[in-house]
Amino acid sequence: MEMNEKAILQFVDIDISFRTNAGVVHAIRGVNLDLQKGETVAIVGESGSGKSVTVKAAVGLLDGNATVNRGQILYRFKNNDGTEKVVDLLKMSKRELRTTVNGSRIAMVFQDPMTSLDPTMTIGKQIMEGMIIHKRADKAAAYARALELLELVGITDPEKRMKNYPHQLSGGMRQRVVIAIALASDPDILICDEPTTALDVTIQARILELIKDIQARLGLSVIYITHDLGVVAKVADYVNVMYAGKIIEVGNVNEIFYDPKHPYTWGLLAAMPDLETDDDRLASIPGSPPNLLHEPTGDAFAPRNRYALKIDEIADPPMFQVSDTHFAATWLLHPDAPKVEMPAELRERIERSKKEAERYL
Amino acid sequence: MSEPLLKVRDLTQHFKVSRSFTVKAVNGVSFDIYPGETYGLVGESGSGKTTIGRSIIRLYDPTAGSVQFQGKEISGKLDRATESMLRKDMQMIFQDPMSSLNPRKKVGDIIGEGLDIHHRYSNTAERDAAISEMLEKVGLSTAHAERYPHQFSGGQRQRVGIARALVMNPKLIIADECISALDVSIQAQVVNLMKDIQDSTGCAYLFIAHDLSMVKYISDRIGVLHLGYMVETGTTEEIFANPVHPYTKSLLSAVPLPNPEVEKRRHSVAYDRAKEGVDYAAGTIHQLEGTHTVLATDEEFARWTA
Ligand SMILES: Nc1ncnc2c1ncn2[C@@H]1O[C@H](COP(=O)(O)OP(=O)(O)OP(=O)(O)O)[C@@H](O)[C@H]1O
Ligand SMILES: Nc1ncnc2c1ncn2[C@@H]1O[C@H](COP(=O)(O)OP(=O)(O)OP(=O)(O)O)[C@@H](O)[C@H]1O
Ligand SMILES: [Mg+2]
Ligand SMILES: [Mg+2]
Repeated sequence: MEMNEKAILQFVDIDISFRTNAGVVHAIRGVNLDLQKGETVAIVGESGSGKSVTVKAAVGLLDGNATVNRGQILYRFKNNDGTEKVVDLLKMSKRELRTTVNGSRIAMVFQDPMTSLDPTMTIGKQIMEGMIIHKRADKAAAYARALELLELVGITDPEKRMKNYPHQLSGGMRQRVVIAIALASDPDILICDEPTTALDVTIQARILELIKDIQARLGLSVIYITHDLGVVAKVADYVNVMYAGKIIEVGNVNEIFYDPKHPYTWGLLAAMPDLETDDDRLASIPGSPPNLLHEPTGDAFAPRNRYALKIDEIADPPMFQVSDTHFAATWLLHPDAPKVEMPAELRERIERSKKEAERYL
Repeated sequence: MSEPLLKVRDLTQHFKVSRSFTVKAVNGVSFDIYPGETYGLVGESGSGKTTIGRSIIRLYDPTAGSVQFQGKEISGKLDRATESMLRKDMQMIFQDPMSSLNPRKKVGDIIGEGLDIHHRYSNTAERDAAISEMLEKVGLSTAHAERYPHQFSGGQRQRVGIARALVMNPKLIIADECISALDVSIQAQVVNLMKDIQDSTGCAYLFIAHDLSMVKYISDRIGVLHLGYMVETGTTEEIFANPVHPYTKSLLSAVPLPNPEVEKRRHSVAYDRAKEGVDYAAGTIHQLEGTHTVLATDEEFARWTA
């Protein structure tokens, strides 16, 4: 597999399963995803659809009961002597990954901040550690930079907070410490898994602006996993929508928000309450995701899809091309398919959004 | 109106971290929760929301103030009967699901633990049926009962915590950011489920969250917390129609919308307490219309309502 010329990170046909007491769970079923330098790519999708597992594979942090059945994760970087190199991250040993890539070149902010913090070490030590190991910074420089980072992520009294242990911080503060640790190593790629879920909107806005700013200055590339579609709208250049271990729609951010093609994406966009929602019940997508203990036949979304066609029960749809950047895996895009429009309420909401956007142009 | 289910008065919680550093996490906070209602607690990260929840459920010993539940004082030492009543009637769904679930226990047993302690079934078939039913209600499946917490996705784990609390049929559920890791469709499913359970059992929720559109949707009344002070309270309509405190205003202005052309251009209004010279400790509670109140000095109040 030749790596896409412009990509810095490229997931090629990733397929992963887990052994469990109840049987083998086929969690990731052929994921393709490109990240280009300086870009932000968002991954959204149902809880349990495989977002975290996909990115964990890139940093060698899959659980012990995981098997990678297929695929490559290609990473392009500059060696210390300035030459360019492409490696397959899945071929590297955990040790190699830890010493050459993780932390220093690819940094990850995990969904559950407590799992990536050491409860027995002050947060100051934890932020400085990476700089001292990876960047060979001296202690005083690392201390100064740690203070600055804490300040940047909106933690007041940083000198005092440096001496706190993780349990002495609020949930959102811990999340911000993890972000500070990730940024401390000046990585090429930042992978954020729900980095702002526990933050109120004012601090969230500040963190998002901080990441954008670093991106503009240093050309950082970002993979951003979140279920908050407002955040996606704010940060993403491209959006990947995941369902049951596959990417079922990808496009630039405007294509996904103003012209979604996959019925699952329709459901996702329609389920978000806005400040105008006052119905008695929220719209949710009926049913539950397939149990990947059993391989689904046909389109995995079909049982929950009110627009499903006969063929959905038999064959899994390929990716159909909508534009240069927009693809969706739904038979509705097949030339022979009946013409189906998105639900009227969603159409109206999108029209309202577009009107609103005109005021900003 | 009926008697409040929970009465919090002047709750204060300070943490002495070192000789020179005390965190004043919660400062004189008062509010009531009535049976069957949902009270939304919103506020900045680090403003004391979790601490309030943990103080109510007695994981912390309050520095000052009182907490009454079903008419009984529950801060300080308790007799066995009150202790047992609390364990049954008050449940908390924790913010950090990974650290609140025992990693060595199967999820089915984690959910069943409360049922076991309070002998809520007559045979194991009944117990397992209750666990399965709860798993399905939160959008998981019976097969998940056999797995361990680390074998779940973040949002699935959060739902295990929700199932564990709901299965006990408590009167008050403290839900700390319980839907923040869920995608919107599952959020909708869980929120609808919480509403259904409330309709059928009449339980009340203390709903701690930062997602204002969800808080607006689910809450009857709202308290806005900033730096450990309750800066504004009122019914959901009162707060959203007429936010008075500058922190509440900045909070409402910063909600990101699913509209990329707008979001890429918009900057939120920041609020800096120190810069604006707002002094919370000097403020008193000022009454607006209805039940709407705001913490302010007379001068601030005049300025904000001008
Ligand atoms: N160690 C494991 N053993 C068994 N199954 C696992 C394991 N880790 C993850 N899974 C399963 O793999 C699927 C994908 O999980 P993943 O954590 O990637 O979901 P996600 O998309 O990140 O969801 P969320 O939004 O809830 O975090 C889930 O069904 C999950 O239960
Ligand atoms: N056990 C503790 N020891 C010392 N300080 C603590 C402890 N628990 C909380 N704090 C401090 O109390 C303050 C309030 O924390 P709390 O967890 O209540 O905030 P929160 O409003 O829940 O924030 P978030 O939205 O980020 O979860 C923070 O400054 C925190 O550092
Ligand atoms: Mg995840
Ligand atoms: Mg909290």
